[in-house]
Amino acid sequence: MTNTTVLLDFFRYRPSAPNHRPWPRYRLEEADWRTMIDIVAVSDWDLLGLWATAGEVHAALRESENAAVVVASLACPMGRYPALSGVRPGAIRLERMIRDLWGLEAEGAADQRPWLDHGRWPVATPLGVAAPRQPERLPYAFQTAEGDGIHQIPVGPVHAGIIEPGHFRFHANGETVVRLEERLGYVHKGIESLMAGKTPQEAARLAGRISGDSTVAHALAFARAVEAAAGIEAPPRAHWLRALMAELERIANHLGDFGAVCNDAAFVIMLAHALALKEGVLRAARDVFGHRLMMDRVVPGGVTVDLDRAQAETLRTLVRRLRPRFAELEALYDATPSLLDRTVGTGVTLASLVHRYAAGGVVGRAAGRALDGRRMPGYPPYDDLDFQVPLEADGDVHARLLVRLAEIKESLALVEKIVDGLPAGPLIRPVPEQAGEGLALVEGFRGEILTWVRLDEKGRVARCFPRDPSWFQWPLLEAAIEGNIVADFPLCNKSFNCSYSGHDL
Amino acid sequence: MSLLRLLARALLKGPITEAPPDPDRAALADLAQRVAETARGRLGRSLVIREVDAGSCNGCELEIHALGNPLYDIDRFGIRFAASPRHADVLLVTGPVALNMAEALKRTYDATPAPKWVVAAGDCAKDGGCFAGSYAVAGGVSAILPVDLVIPGCPPTPTALLSGLVALLDQAARRG
Repeated sequence: MTNTTVLLDFFRYRPSAPNHRPWPRYRLEEADWRTMIDIVAVSDWDLLGLWATAGEVHAALRESENAAVVVASLACPMGRYPALSGVRPGAIRLERMIRDLWGLEAEGAADQRPWLDHGRWPVATPLGVAAPRQPERLPYAFQTAEGDGIHQIPVGPVHAGIIEPGHFRFHANGETVVRLEERLGYVHKGIESLMAGKTPQEAARLAGRISGDSTVAHALAFARAVEAAAGIEAPPRAHWLRALMAELERIANHLGDFGAVCNDAAFVIMLAHALALKEGVLRAARDVFGHRLMMDRVVPGGVTVDLDRAQAETLRTLVRRLRPRFAELEALYDATPSLLDRTVGTGVTLASLVHRYAAGGVVGRAAGRALDGRRMPGYPPYDDLDFQVPLEADGDVHARLLVRLAEIKESLALVEKIVDGLPAGPLIRPVPEQAGEGLALVEGFRGEILTWVRLDEKGRVARCFPRDPSWFQWPLLEAAIEGNIVADFPLCNKSFNCSYSGHDL
Repeated sequence: MSLLRLLARALLKGPITEAPPDPDRAALADLAQRVAETARGRLGRSLVIREVDAGSCNGCELEIHALGNPLYDIDRFGIRFAASPRHADVLLVTGPVALNMAEALKRTYDATPAPKWVVAAGDCAKDGGCFAGSYAVAGGVSAILPVDLVIPGCPPTPTALLSGLVALLDQAARRG
């Protein structure tokens, strides 16, 4: 049974927090929070994020049908709140994170183990009532699998390739994976605590380093949240330049992922070609915006870079040269049975799981979840731009590659449209120094980023929570690999390409 | 069919490293010669690197990865990346060293046979960068390991990384 309108009605008569934009935030009593959980259980609302502030938890929910977004808040004077993980499994790791960082307990939580806290910090619950302690390794009970011939394969945190650290615990029966469990948190840097007390411009530098490969998207989500909190809108030209950088970032990363997946299927030539194309995009970014990854170009209020005629031509030339070479790679992929043999039917994510976890991005769209933050809720300039949101149904490695390939083509066309349609005007406007709260949803190359910001009376960041898309994609990787062979794990993992840093914060 | 076309074009056009006018080419050629001289003097003709992400934002990893693309083709300098620290001469460490990674980093160092060098790549690895002062980071690689060389940058460009590795070879040759 689905019953979605009830939830909107349910919130309508609750007290709302002032100055929360652009969507409302409602303060609930504990009984209402429990009722909300009961309604969520029978609705198809997405859980977009779950985070804490001092003594309070906040859940962002969305109804896909009509793009309604709501933040629900519950004060927890006793240091606990009723868990959401029973009805939305995507909340499991978020609840563990909240307990580790804030000391707030989720009552009835599906998993009671620590998550980001490995016992190594000199304080416990560093964002809540920080308690000094002697650092020592916390024991961790991995989930088990039992049966004849089942053995464990521990991998990481230091991996074989040039990639981020994390631990994978496989239970395998012969070559077949019976269970994979991830343990993350190794690159936790305390970004949320570092952001607190900084000016939006200072904190933007950190936002751009939440996940380096998504620096534009995270900086954009942060900037939009700050602008919402301060009640301003960036100038039109800034919107278009932001989108231009975001699409270049998408193209570069998708090219790299496409090549890397093929490389893990022993088709090395594709990686070489794809990386050469990616390098072309990075060099164009350097020539035009002064930084290969375009770090620190998107800031609260606007952008720090402009595009002149010659630079516009550089980007047009980039697209013109890249497109035919990319088409050849696409044809090569399609015409190589040995490659397709590895990708088709491998690492399937079920549409039901993708929906339950509200997994966005390529992972979601490859399994039939037709959501893209640029369309829904949508933000400028995408409402003025014509583009498709590619969709596949099978949810396997192949489908994730097809979605990436189609998105590269869409983004190349978007780059041309943006360069041609760039409106004139200022690049940035000042952010007023005033209190407020803002929420932003932005589509990075990996999926939908949610960023929530609270500014204090001086306009400084009192609290920021950036939720990387990886939070809701990592758990699905555990499900996707089940029943596959161990040797296909790199293939599955690359086809997801979740961020460790973006998740570990 | 398309594979044949690709191969045919490769034969006609030659390697892409040479094809486009590339502002970094002169620097790369210079580097190639210096690496050839110093690496041979000290380490025969190869330098094997184990990369360890100790809490980076993954920006540094993107640029280190780019060293292997056909435009930089780090292999031609005799430098390559190994999967195991036991095969490595150099640990190339990124990130401010998240405390959750400190033990793994130390154990990777211990597993690397001497003589060995530690390169801290990126502003975070240098001194913690914008993450310095957090409860969760050590504040740079030198807080955990003896560092032989720092390659600054956020992230360091592939060319900066190559230059840094050559500088390390120079230093190692002098010390040896």
